[in-house]
Amino acid sequence: MDSLPRLLNATKLTIELTLVSLFFGIFVGVFFAILRTSKVKTLYYISYYYSYILRGTPLLVQIFIIYFGLAQVEWIRESILWIFLKEPYSCAILAFTLNTGAYSSEIFRSAFETISKGVVEASQSLGLSKIIIFFKIKLPIAIKQSLPAYGNEMILMLKGTSLASTVTLLDLTGVAKHIISTTFRPVEVFIVAGSIYLIMTFIIHNFIKFLEKRYDYN
Amino acid sequence: MGLLAYGDTGWGDELFFATLMTLAVASVAMLIGFILAAIFTSCKLSKIRTLNLIGSFYTTVFRGVPELLVIYLFFFGGSGAIMFVAKIFGYSGYIEINAFLTGAFSIGIISGAYSTEVFRGAIRSIDKGQFEAARVLGFKKKFYYYKIIIPQMLRLALPNISNVWQITLKDTALISVTGLVEIMRQSYIAAGSTRDPLFFYSFAAVLYLFLTFLSIKIFNKLEKHYSKGY
Repeated sequence: MDSLPRLLNATKLTIELTLVSLFFGIFVGVFFAILRTSKVKTLYYISYYYSYILRGTPLLVQIFIIYFGLAQVEWIRESILWIFLKEPYSCAILAFTLNTGAYSSEIFRSAFETISKGVVEASQSLGLSKIIIFFKIKLPIAIKQSLPAYGNEMILMLKGTSLASTVTLLDLTGVAKHIISTTFRPVEVFIVAGSIYLIMTFIIHNFIKFLEKRYDYN
Repeated sequence: MGLLAYGDTGWGDELFFATLMTLAVASVAMLIGFILAAIFTSCKLSKIRTLNLIGSFYTTVFRGVPELLVIYLFFFGGSGAIMFVAKIFGYSGYIEINAFLTGAFSIGIISGAYSTEVFRGAIRSIDKGQFEAARVLGFKKKFYYYKIIIPQMLRLALPNISNVWQITLKDTALISVTGLVEIMRQSYIAAGSTRDPLFFYSFAAVLYLFLTFLSIKIFNKLEKHYSKGY
């Protein structure tokens, strides 16, 4: 029980990693979802293979390539990028962002695809401009469509941040592992750390439910 | 490409066997998951309240807690439990339990939580008439579950089983933290001794991509095969 303050303190980093990655991940996701709808074949395939590769390989491999692999490339070490890439924190954020971006791009893409043509045609015949159609009609529908799947992705990302502990960061899982290996009380630590994760999952779950209600126009 | 040579000069053979190890751990984990899923699905579908709660507790915990934390629980907890027993018999040294079993079991428990949800969903989507018809014909519960419900359930569950398999396959990378020499661990060793992490981790990514690609192909074939009559 003495370890509870330390675990709570580490929870801050877990929350921070999750929120920052999800925030940037939305932009990556929207970007690749738009590429996916492009009529230019090259752009389409870039988006397709991006999501295929990032979703087909373990997140651990992605972190290791970014953290250990890129450090080996000389021109990266000499470039300004090195300021970010030498830090485990920013490497973890980068890996998480790219990863969640791939999953969210699939979610956003399918959400945009489900918008019925009739809705778009109706708004066009009303003489609305393209920008208004996108922001006032397509986007709200797509957000509502993608909410349940995006909620799952948020929970997956929360769990994914535990991998930050493999690149020396002391997030909730990292601290839990440290306490387990020094005290040899795996069950107690698992229960405490696991409960903290479950509480966060519960909060995300309810937050999404709240949003779903808000975006429900019926 | 010299780095990947087969034999003493390169890492080709090591990585080949590491890939087999990944497949072996993933398969055993999937199997453990199926067994657990069979138990917990019947808990969840049962009419007894306590069993329902046990089933929900299992799926909530193991789908909500990070995989790595579960692995640490069994990695440290597993050997701890055995050492505790050994202490009673007067042995106080450090005992390490088999990394393969620890890994397969911890990933299996997680995989089982996902499979439980898949099985439950598949059984729910079977037409109620099927259950009623079987009961009207006087079949015993055991008989109609094995001969009528489960075969139909497996067909409906196949696409989602494919997803669970891919999650399980990717989760095995995390077992590398326990020292089991699968793709990730072998790449880590090779990267360390050649100082070429970029190459070996990228190659690991290619191996995982190959495995997922192959699995999708196989599952698509199975799906086609089992939906012939529909």
